[in-house]
Amino acid sequence: MWTRTLAPAAFTLALFLAWEALCRALRIPLTILPSPSLVFSALWEYRAPIAANAVVTLWTTLAGFALATVFGLLLGIVVGWHRALYAAFYPVMVGFNSVPKVAVVPVLILWFGLGEVPAVITAFLISFFPIVVNVATGLATVEPELEDVLRALGASKLDVVRKVGIPRSMPYFFGSLKVAVTLAFVGAVVSETVGANRGLGKLMLDAQASFQVPIVFAGLLVLAFLGIVLYGATAAVEVRFTRWAFRGQAT
Amino acid sequence: MRDFVRLEGVSMAYGRGAGALKAVDGVTLSIARGEFAAVVGPSGCGKSSLMKLISGLHPAAAGTVAVEGQPVRGPLKCVGMAFQHSNLLPWRSTLRNVLLPLEIVQPYRSAFSKEKRAFENKAQALLRSVGLEGFGEKYPWELSGGMQQRASICRALIHEPEILLLDEPFGALDAFTREELWCALRDLQAARKVTVLLVTHDLREAVFLADTVYVMSGRPGRLLRRCEVPLPRPRDLEVTYTEAFQAVVHELRTLIGGLH
Ligand SMILES: Nc1ncnc2c1ncn2[C@@H]1O[C@H](COP(=O)(O)OP(=O)(O)OP(=O)(O)O)[C@@H](O)[C@H]1O
Ligand SMILES: [Mg+2]
Repeated sequence: MWTRTLAPAAFTLALFLAWEALCRALRIPLTILPSPSLVFSALWEYRAPIAANAVVTLWTTLAGFALATVFGLLLGIVVGWHRALYAAFYPVMVGFNSVPKVAVVPVLILWFGLGEVPAVITAFLISFFPIVVNVATGLATVEPELEDVLRALGASKLDVVRKVGIPRSMPYFFGSLKVAVTLAFVGAVVSETVGANRGLGKLMLDAQASFQVPIVFAGLLVLAFLGIVLYGATAAVEVRFTRWAFRGQAT
Repeated sequence: MRDFVRLEGVSMAYGRGAGALKAVDGVTLSIARGEFAAVVGPSGCGKSSLMKLISGLHPAAAGTVAVEGQPVRGPLKCVGMAFQHSNLLPWRSTLRNVLLPLEIVQPYRSAFSKEKRAFENKAQALLRSVGLEGFGEKYPWELSGGMQQRASICRALIHEPEILLLDEPFGALDAFTREELWCALRDLQAARKVTVLLVTHDLREAVFLADTVYVMSGRPGRLLRRCEVPLPRPRDLEVTYTEAFQAVVHELRTLIGGLH
């Protein structure tokens, strides 16, 4: 308990103190690296616009993530259903995933205009790949003997997938959600930075243009904090739903 | 009496064409209803493949497989299977693992939601009969290897199959647990009169449990010998120390070869 809450808190605090000391000792100009005290005061001073924009980023992230979860799960089941489908889909998906999503944002803006829609779609595009791959892998690697046990009972492929494949791929699925949620967050912010009228990415872009460096860093801090919260929430969901996969480990 | 399970000149191969690997070659055998048959043979000789043939999981390349006079064309529903590894589903409790076949096999399947309580009682009774009373709510990983294997055999029996196919079910267990489970299996079979085909590497196990022991040759597997076990039933573990028992085991051992 102590190691789980106290140790990370102490380390974070130490990090901020070291950062503060470094800035003061070396007299680093605030346009290069503002000290944490400046960043936190900027955070407080501009709390209203920061909060408003953080809400936008958060909901675009979550909307993209929700889409990715639903489509990722469905597509993963389809792809993992059969070896041939797996073989057919895989190269296309790898190719698709290799396209840097920053490059796609201008196209999305062209199609959907400036606003939240490109951010949601970018978050979706960047985060659904790991979900598909993990679910498909979980399904495709069902032990043949286990499948034999069911098939010898006259089970259809649908039965095998429902009774074994899907439950078995749940740890893979929830594991991939942790990765996906952080990626969705990255996608949303990237999209906002390339072109948007609201959101933390946009806020930081504007602050940078007017050399308000402490606000830029305040934005970064908020991003890091939200990232931790999203990750933690999905990790908690994972443990809750796939307790059996953590067997033997104290929880 | 008509043969319950009958194989006639059955061959089977994995893959096709030049690269095909012949696993079973020209096997003819017949098992009567309620008979306990065992198959022994060197590793890789096609014993597991023989099981796949009888259960209908793999088609024969030549010859015919028939159960109850009907040629086997696809997976049979009247079969229960258990393997060397218990293959229990870790996300289900032991009880729900045992119930799994009832969620798949008709007519239980349609009645499952309605008669869930009755089915659960049935599963509990089965678990009790193999000494797993009170472990139904435990998850498989909370059970020892021997207990998992017992649960796996319960799962193979819950839908009252007419044929029980066991592929080295006790292979991964220590000697004491194994002998304990021999007795459990002996009693289950005696009580239910189910037809059993047991694949094993353990000749003592085969002789103790079976009415007839089939010896297979190395790959591709042929039947070398059908050997009836002359020991009266019910058999006690004591029987394994008698001379008659040792004589049968020795005879089988010689057939398999490599003694000298
Ligand atoms: N799925 C498969 N695909 C291709 N070849 C296989 C497959 N399963 C088994 N074989 C081959 O068929 C032969 C017989 O295998 P089988 O599993 O029936 O042997 P076994 O008698 O059960 O061996 P063991 O006692 O070691 O379990 C082996 O040589 C093996 O290489
Ligand atoms: Mg085998």
